Amino acid sequence: MKVIVCVKQTFDTEAKIELKDGKISDAGINLIINPYDEVAVEGAIQLKEKGIATEIVVITAGADKGMDAIRTALAMGADRGILVKQDTGADEYARAVALAAAIKAESPQLVLAGHVAADDGSSQVPTRIAEILGFPHVNVITAIDIAGGKATCTTEADGGTAVIEVAIPAVISSQVSWNEPRYPSMKGIMQAKKKPVATVDAVAVDNKIKIIDVSLPAAKTAGIKLEDDADVCAVKLADWMKNTVKVEVK
Amino acid sequence: MAGTWVFVEQKDGNIRKVTFEMLSELKKGGDEVSAVVFGKGVAGLAPELAKCGADKVYVADDAMFASYNTGAFVAQIVAMIKEFSPNALLFAHSFNGRDMASRLAQKLETGLATDAVAADITAGKGIFTRSIYAGKALAKVEVTGSPVLATIRPGVWEVGSTAGAGAVVNAAVAATAGDVYQVEKSFAATVSARPDLAEAAVVVSGGRGCKGPDGIKLVEQLADLLGAAVGGSRASIDSGWLGHELQVGQTGKVVLPNLYVACGISGAIQHLAGMSSSKFIAAVNTDTEAPIFSVSDFGVVADLFKVIPILVSELKK
Repeated sequence: MKVIVCVKQTFDTEAKIELKDGKISDAGINLIINPYDEVAVEGAIQLKEKGIATEIVVITAGADKGMDAIRTALAMGADRGILVKQDTGADEYARAVALAAAIKAESPQLVLAGHVAADDGSSQVPTRIAEILGFPHVNVITAIDIAGGKATCTTEADGGTAVIEVAIPAVISSQVSWNEPRYPSMKGIMQAKKKPVATVDAVAVDNKIKIIDVSLPAAKTAGIKLEDDADVCAVKLADWMKNTVKVEVK
Repeated sequence: MAGTWVFVEQKDGNIRKVTFEMLSELKKGGDEVSAVVFGKGVAGLAPELAKCGADKVYVADDAMFASYNTGAFVAQIVAMIKEFSPNALLFAHSFNGRDMASRLAQKLETGLATDAVAADITAGKGIFTRSIYAGKALAKVEVTGSPVLATIRPGVWEVGSTAGAGAVVNAAVAATAGDVYQVEKSFAATVSARPDLAEAAVVVSGGRGCKGPDGIKLVEQLADLLGAAVGGSRASIDSGWLGHELQVGQTGKVVLPNLYVACGISGAIQHLAGMSSSKFIAAVNTDTEAPIFSVSDFGVVADLFKVIPILVSELKK
């Protein structure tokens, strides 16, 4: 079974966001694989270790530097990569169209991706890809079992945990709690350099979203800070909760 | 064109608060506001929806809609959009809301602004403020496709009291069994007497400083006294003291309660991103240099194991 994993290169989640010329500055920012996608890569590798997946193809859309994200996934254990060269201003619609076109050419049995990217927080692209390919999808999974042409997924649904079954080929998006991604080994990093990565141009379509401006939220200012005995602090904190916040005590 | 639709989030007839928030906010504008509800035996929900501003309540009543499934819900709403031509549709930014909105957006080849915290919808134009980088930045975007689609973060708007006419429009059931591609084998509801983390008015969170289940118990005790949801920083989730669904921060949930109480949380950037928009923030931490104090309205430099028990008994007075 061929598995495609969609990854996106994002800022490290510890990164402080700053603006330059009205845009988010990437100066000095450490770039990583989106943590939710990294879990999808690990999930695919585990499927291969179980003998369910036979080939793992990792794909990303965007600028040339996305190649680093592909190499990291290859070092973890993916077999080959595809870089879909696309303007970084592409919106979720345009990215889904570009990725789906490249995925279609591969005829996979399973498409994995993180359910959301830690940067734009859109949580749209995997589901859009499923719609374009005409595949079923399941979002936010924490476990998967593949047998008899079906994927049985445990998902973190609203108000509980659901087990959902879909026929494959399907698009499945991961929650970070699915697994603990491995660190690439030295051997893996060496091997990754020799693994094939194809570069294709994105299908050109117009965005459906226009960014008007980007801003930073008003900085929160520090208020009272008490350094005193615990009992004094606790009494004053209780007083603040009751009289300033006006909490209701059950 | 028929104004803006709000897709109603409900389970077993219980409507989620975010639905009322969306109806109330839209009612402030001049356009027609409609609620759209799918389910089995849900027509009786119309008066409740009207009370918060629904001029019309579109109802699709069928056993197929008894629980959420993407295929049937999207097929049904697509048919209704074709028949009634709304300018814009708002969904809750929830598991089901973003799932349905994303598949719908692609089917209609339109734009979708997810996790919006502000909206300006007039005459078929939709401009939204979206939270990006888990709230570290805000992007103002215009959806240029049609209809305009967005998912709205719970808790950003108030529930109002301006009523609408609430005229019920029964929609023909257009979805068929063939549209269903997900089979729900089981559903285990989270058994908790506490409110949902994303919608709670008060959140009490525990971090590394809780040192283990005993510290978390204190956090829970305080939470229950305040009718609060319990949350955690990455440290307490990774240590297995709390389930992942309770993680607050960039790889967890973004919350905006009236009061956030951070217990033993130092305040890593990715955690601050998830909670610093809360109206009031209190923090208890032994480290006076902890970054959490830079966003706290009321900070206490002390041991939570000593502070919380006294705080609990003081609050009970």
